[in-house]
Amino acid sequence: MSDTSQILVDTATRLFEETFTPRQLALAETGRWLGTEWQAVEDMGLPLALVPEEAGGFGLPVEEALNLIRLAGAFAVPLPLAETMLANRILASAGLELPGGPVTLAPVRADDRPTLERRDGGWLLSGTAQRVPWGRAAAIMVLAEHDGRTLVALVPAGQAEVTPDINLAYEPRDTLRFETVLPAERVAPSPGVAAADLRRLGAALRCLAMAGALGRILEMTTAYANERSQFGRPIGKFQAIQQHLAVLAGQAAAARAAGDIAAEAVAQGASALPIAAAKVRCGEAAGIAAAIAHQVHGAMGFTHEHSLHFLTKRLWSWRDEFGGEGEWSRLIGREVAQAGADGLWPLVTAA
Amino acid sequence: MDLIDFPPPPAQDVEALRAEVRAFLAEELATRRPQDRARSWSGFDADFSRKVGARGWIGMTWPKRYGGHERSALERYVVLEEMLAAGAPVAAHWFADRQSGPLLLKVGSEEQRRTLLPRMAAGECCFCIGMSEPDSGSDLAAVRTRAVPVEGGFVVNGTKLWTTYAHHAHFMILFCRTGGAEERHGGTSQFLVDLKTPGITIRPIADLAGEHHFNEVVFEDAFLPSSALLGQLGDGWNQVVGELAFERSGPERFLSSFTLLVELVRALGPNPSEQAAVAAGRLTAHLLVLRRLSRSVAGMLQNGENPALQAALVKDLGAIFEQEIPDIARQLVDAEPSQRSTRDFSAVLAHTILNVPSFSLRGGTREILRGIIARGLGLR
Repeated sequence: MSDTSQILVDTATRLFEETFTPRQLALAETGRWLGTEWQAVEDMGLPLALVPEEAGGFGLPVEEALNLIRLAGAFAVPLPLAETMLANRILASAGLELPGGPVTLAPVRADDRPTLERRDGGWLLSGTAQRVPWGRAAAIMVLAEHDGRTLVALVPAGQAEVTPDINLAYEPRDTLRFETVLPAERVAPSPGVAAADLRRLGAALRCLAMAGALGRILEMTTAYANERSQFGRPIGKFQAIQQHLAVLAGQAAAARAAGDIAAEAVAQGASALPIAAAKVRCGEAAGIAAAIAHQVHGAMGFTHEHSLHFLTKRLWSWRDEFGGEGEWSRLIGREVAQAGADGLWPLVTAA
Repeated sequence: MDLIDFPPPPAQDVEALRAEVRAFLAEELATRRPQDRARSWSGFDADFSRKVGARGWIGMTWPKRYGGHERSALERYVVLEEMLAAGAPVAAHWFADRQSGPLLLKVGSEEQRRTLLPRMAAGECCFCIGMSEPDSGSDLAAVRTRAVPVEGGFVVNGTKLWTTYAHHAHFMILFCRTGGAEERHGGTSQFLVDLKTPGITIRPIADLAGEHHFNEVVFEDAFLPSSALLGQLGDGWNQVVGELAFERSGPERFLSSFTLLVELVRALGPNPSEQAAVAAGRLTAHLLVLRRLSRSVAGMLQNGENPALQAALVKDLGAIFEQEIPDIARQLVDAEPSQRSTRDFSAVLAHTILNVPSFSLRGGTREILRGIIARGLGLR
């Protein structure tokens, strides 16, 4: 890692650790927008970490900038940092002015297809986007179709009709209805990013967040097993618990490697196969690891008092956002079938 | 941020080497049947190993003065994984390349290195590993085979068990007791044993598939010269533990059932059902991630680190993957497993089913590995 990245990661770690206490996380669950906290994140420049240097970013290597998302996952940061980082990158690459503040992405679902038509010297954006992260609180970077081409549009916060909803962790996942006329300067041809690419990129973001959360869950659960005593000794001294934690460590390691695969794929043009594999593997790891973490924490971890659930509820949600294991496995399976039996190994080594 | 580090694998363009190995294997293995490929690293063919040696693909990372080729760990990794994916019969050189050679390089005497490493690298010298015993499996420190010092050397008595390919091997790396039984770790040493030594009897042990890979090796007053001592007297435990990191992280720890995955994809054809596509896709995803973890460990070994913990993690995850493939395959393809079937899928399925129990036993049982991982987490 470069020095700049290391400094960024270290400062972000401190900020996240100090800011996103269980109390703040519980507050976010009530639906409160954490404006002060967002400002602190923005003051540090994190939303620009993926933006190219010539467009005002830090010029960090993509894989290193993506470490921030891992970190945000580890601390269950209840803000659209990952979404804003990616949206700003796409907006900047399209030559659009960055709005500042939180920016989210749409569409996130495969079946949503917003469209753009020319209207009054500007553009009319219409259509619906479901399950948009923080749709109620952020500007929206929309990929929309016009005449068979993909365009990028920036919708300022508050200009879409919002039907609020949430995921299991109470993170906003809103349905947005667009019927908005945008000035010409808010729309530009897409810099080679189509709706399917956005879904892949989104899946990669969730992989990194899951990898971060799983690393943290391993730490928390190991620490708990060393502290909690039953039958006169720390439960971590029992072989049954040790074997559980070893499995948890394996899943965290697999998710970490999958996150690395996803980050490298994003840096190299976001090809489908590695990101699909990473999403499948992180999702499976999330399921197994969350179950073990709760088992080891016992009834304590099941209470709202304890902070384990801030991470496990996110894992259970992120696992299915931007496509779950079924969808991505199917995509890989079809590619494997097309490659054929003798093409399987070359496909694996080239991915 | 992570309790257990897995750095990115070393970056190096190895595709030219990969293409070279693939072309060699396509020619050499053109007539090898799927049920033979399914033997994975258990397939034994001394002629094949000599050809691999002639290509410079054994002892690839060793110094040239010992017959090695001074290539990178990643280049070696490419050769290994291509061999395993193709189901090449590598067993005649496998153990020497993977652990006996590196062990000799690390602790062997100059004479041991000069006489043996070049022959190993040429694929002409086959090694076996004398660790397990009838009463000492997972509890390796409980070995009872003992070497007693005598004039000019040692006399060995005891029995080694599960010694793979001892009946073809020229040498064994023997792990045995040289001190008192009360000093568990301190009283052990390693020896380089010429298997032609009088007093050594090698008897076959058939496995549950009815095949002969394992042996019982009995030492009865077998005399070993002083020059057979490998490394320091009493340092056997530390040496063996170092050896195990090499043994636990390679591609052989997740590719043992790969031939069945290949035959599954063949049986499913170009238009698999929804369920089959999901299952095959999921297995492929696991394979990609395991490969990344394993290459990460290869890089750590290259840097001289001791990734014993990471290696245990790779082997544990790899065994789960290898063991679930037959269960998934039989849900997707209607076929009864049969070793004698003329249908490739049935024959490969049969071979794999009969071998999977060993995948979480050999090279350290699942429970032992998880104990190592728990220790790495600071729990014991």
